[in-house]
Amino acid sequence: MSPGNTTIQTLTTKKSPVFRAVDVAKIYEMGEVQVHALRGVTLNLYDHEFVVLLGASGSGKSTLLNILGGLDVPTTGTVHYQDHELTASSDAELTKYRRNYVGFVFQFYNLIPSLTARENVELITEIAQSPMHPLEALEMVKLKDRADHFPAQLSGGEQQRVAIARAIAKKPKVLLCDEPTGALDVETGIVVLEAIARINRELGTTTAVITHNAAIAQMADRVISLSNGQIIGIEENAERIDASELKW
Amino acid sequence: MRKLDQKLIRDLTHMRGQALAIMLVIAAGVATFVMSMCAYNSLAWSKETFYREFRFGDVFSSVRRAPLSIIPRLKEISGVAAVETRLVYDVLLDVPEMTEPATARLISVPESGENELNKLYITRGRMMEPNRTGEVVVSEVFADAHSFVIGDSVQAILNGRSQQLKIVGVALSPEYVIQIQPGSIMPDDRRFGILWISQRDLEAAFDMTGAFNSLSLKLTYGANPDEVVDELDRLLKPFGSVGGYLRDQQLSHQYLSDEIAQLRGMAMMAPAIFLSVAAFLLNTVLSRVISQQREQIAALKAFGYTNWEVGLHYMNLALVISLAGTVIGAAFGIWMASGMTKLYHTYYRFPVLELRIDIQAVVLVFLITTAAAIFGTWFAVRSAIRLPPAEAMRPEPPPSFRPTLIERILPRHWLSPELRMVVRNVSRKPVKASLSVVGIAMAVAVMILGSFSLDAVNYMMDFQFRKAQRQDLTVTFVEPATASVVYEIGRLPGVIDSETMRSVATRIHFANRSKRVGIMGLESTPQLYRLLNTGEQPVAIPEFGIMLNTRLAEVLGVVPGDLLTVEVLEDKRPTLNLEVTKIVEEYSGANAYMNKQQLHKLLKESDVASGAFLKVDSNRVNEVFHELELRPGVASVAIKDAVIDSFQATMEKSVLVMRTFIAGFAAVIAIGVVYNSARISLSERSRDLATMRVIGFSKSEVSTVLLAEIALFTLLAIPIGWLFGFGLAALMVSGLDTDNYRIPLVINPSTLGVAALVVVVATVISAIIVQRRINELDLIGVLKTRE
Ligand SMILES: Nc1ncnc2c1ncn2[C@@H]1O[C@H](COP(=O)(O)OP(=O)(O)OP(=O)(O)O)[C@@H](O)[C@H]1O
Ligand SMILES: [Mg+2]
Repeated sequence: MSPGNTTIQTLTTKKSPVFRAVDVAKIYEMGEVQVHALRGVTLNLYDHEFVVLLGASGSGKSTLLNILGGLDVPTTGTVHYQDHELTASSDAELTKYRRNYVGFVFQFYNLIPSLTARENVELITEIAQSPMHPLEALEMVKLKDRADHFPAQLSGGEQQRVAIARAIAKKPKVLLCDEPTGALDVETGIVVLEAIARINRELGTTTAVITHNAAIAQMADRVISLSNGQIIGIEENAERIDASELKW
Repeated sequence: MRKLDQKLIRDLTHMRGQALAIMLVIAAGVATFVMSMCAYNSLAWSKETFYREFRFGDVFSSVRRAPLSIIPRLKEISGVAAVETRLVYDVLLDVPEMTEPATARLISVPESGENELNKLYITRGRMMEPNRTGEVVVSEVFADAHSFVIGDSVQAILNGRSQQLKIVGVALSPEYVIQIQPGSIMPDDRRFGILWISQRDLEAAFDMTGAFNSLSLKLTYGANPDEVVDELDRLLKPFGSVGGYLRDQQLSHQYLSDEIAQLRGMAMMAPAIFLSVAAFLLNTVLSRVISQQREQIAALKAFGYTNWEVGLHYMNLALVISLAGTVIGAAFGIWMASGMTKLYHTYYRFPVLELRIDIQAVVLVFLITTAAAIFGTWFAVRSAIRLPPAEAMRPEPPPSFRPTLIERILPRHWLSPELRMVVRNVSRKPVKASLSVVGIAMAVAVMILGSFSLDAVNYMMDFQFRKAQRQDLTVTFVEPATASVVYEIGRLPGVIDSETMRSVATRIHFANRSKRVGIMGLESTPQLYRLLNTGEQPVAIPEFGIMLNTRLAEVLGVVPGDLLTVEVLEDKRPTLNLEVTKIVEEYSGANAYMNKQQLHKLLKESDVASGAFLKVDSNRVNEVFHELELRPGVASVAIKDAVIDSFQATMEKSVLVMRTFIAGFAAVIAIGVVYNSARISLSERSRDLATMRVIGFSKSEVSTVLLAEIALFTLLAIPIGWLFGFGLAALMVSGLDTDNYRIPLVINPSTLGVAALVVVVATVISAIIVQRRINELDLIGVLKTRE
């Protein structure tokens, strides 16, 4: 362990956790079969923190992210976001939580095909408390000039960038990204990651990014590895690398 | 604009074909409802106003001859507010441009020119002037039919003397809003007219000074009408009363009320049919949209849109469609109602008959369609509300298919892979498939419902006036005529055959029910005026007992073998006990028949006749008319063919308009259902179809998969629609059952054929549109997008 590592360690432990997940399990009942997507995950996430989730396909990454984002509830265990106990919240409270605090970037973009890039962003800024200007958000992912194009007129990567613009536009307290660069080449991938990192840096947004790309892990404060529904390791990076320096 | 609303507009634009189809179905239902309600409102208002302001009587009665001195006693009857007595005579009228005579009903007007009840509304000219003789005011329809102008003259036979009558005015009366000759089932404006004439003129002509033969009463508020009628009958009995009756037996009032009730019925039925189809369509379309957009829903919810906001967004999709349909339908309905009101003017005459827009009905129909839209989309919208966002993030699992029963039964090579896909698709969603079939069947049923009435009326006319009654002329006499008079008429040159009848006013009692009925005595095996059974076979008239027609038997609750008490209301007024021998089929009136000789015996009278039926050489008809006209004893002559022809002509003209609208509406339903189900199948399966195309199936092979489904639905729907049509027609017929006529449930094969044809054409049109979509199928685009 390098000395720098220790500094961060002490620094992070001093901070109070934003998320406290204790013994979280998720079981899907598929008729006769039970699928254990998560088996007792205990985890803290801290303010300003940039976390990367790594793991094989089916290891439970998306499930965990959905639970943190208030999209899903665990079968057992508790999750707190600051003072809110998400696991004890009603559907309406979870909706409010998502509306006010969370930005999502989905594995499959989930844009509204009948709205232009800009309108997709506006759809979210409309209901946010102190959003940025929609064009500013698109500028951050270098798509301002395509603002009036419909998703069908954009490439997969461009759609993904719109999805990111949409997620960051509300200046969320929590940004959750499920494979944000899955469909992107290096260059655009870096653009996207820079945008995410910038939000994290400038707004202090707690950020969790799922990826299969271990290289991205170098950007993170911590790297959490999942396997078969369990955390098999948490690694802290001594130094965060800037997105532009990533190589993959 | 909210971005969610922007999405709504874009989504609607994207599915405009389907949205338009559903909107039109809603519009058709709304239009029918609004049209009926506005017409109802206009007619009901005009009726009420006319009745009130022109003091339409509540009770009517006629007597042979009663002295005016009885009036004070009539006024003393408890419940009577006003009494009006008058002289009423039906006479033959010689109208210049007509070869055959018309019948005029002469009604006396007091010398003052002002009736107390059943007042006249002068539309042109003036009332008769006191002290002038030979002036008349004619009813408007009659004047219009003959293009009379003020100052024209007609020649009437008053009590055997020809007299010239000068037309000084044209008028309307609440008693004759629609002008129908008693005994007839339809108006005949040319051959039957009302003439109001001064009381003095009529008294003189019929030797009735100081007497009256007809009266009308107005009742006080809260009076018991039946008690008044009983008391009235008791007082007038000595003067040859044939029994008083209330408005509900008054011919014009009956027809008007039936028409109004019919509009009510139509207003009930239309929304039920159209809106349930629309609700079903909205349900299928919205279910599809929501399942297509589940990932969008997930995103909206993930970003904090509430379940309620998301649900409302989809509900709004339905509400916009239903609102547009309501607005268009209401506008169209009002336009149709204004046409309808004009059409009513042909038969029904009021001082004012103008379109009264029923705002309440418009508001009501808006609420109903909104409710239907919400009801129809509720399950789909609820699924959007309940959709857990985390789950929606994952693509929907592929539908599970199984080999169907049909495939297991049929040998494998019987079904091509395309047809196998059709069978599996249909059997995977049996509820939706059957609802589609039901929807198309509804179109067939609506078509039948809209056009069967013409079949029914034609059957009724044919049954009554060609099969049953075969005379050319019906003559009635002022007083029962002796055998010699009848014999003479039968021997007139041109008359081929003749038959006599004796009719007598009675009140028939059975159990605690009673009804005023004219009993007609006929010869035992009549050849001209025949009675038929349901099987259209002539019925011989038994020597003893009484025969009732279906309607009367129904009203009294009588079956053959029952014993009736018959109170004769003429002359010596005997009370008879008669056994019901047979029930005969008739579609108009509530009538009773018996053997003429037997009737004479029971009335203790000689062989007299109230009227005669004549078969006439068609070349000599004019001659016979002319002869009859000159006879003082003749009250009226009805010419069967002329009456039927003119009626059928007007009927067909007005029905044709309605029929066109209804065919349009039915086509709207058919296209709505067929097009929607095809579009949804196309959207559900565009990936499969694109894949088929990519792996080398031709366009037409690919189309088979979709079009075979459409064809299958339509083929199944046609017979089911016929059944629905029969059912709805039966429902309508029973609702229209009135005292005046019964509409037989007759639907011609051609009507069934046309209904099927309209739906087939609608199907073909939909198929062509869908085919074009298949041809345009963007192979790459479809395969690229995730679903
Ligand atoms: N709604 C569901 N019903 C049943 N099983 C589910 C459901 N959602 C997830 N699973 C199962 O839970 C496990 C974890 O799924 P999850 O989506 O969290 O994996 P992941 O790590 O995100 O995988 P990937 O990298 O492929 O996206 C998988 O085995 C998956 O099949
Ligand atoms: Mg995943």
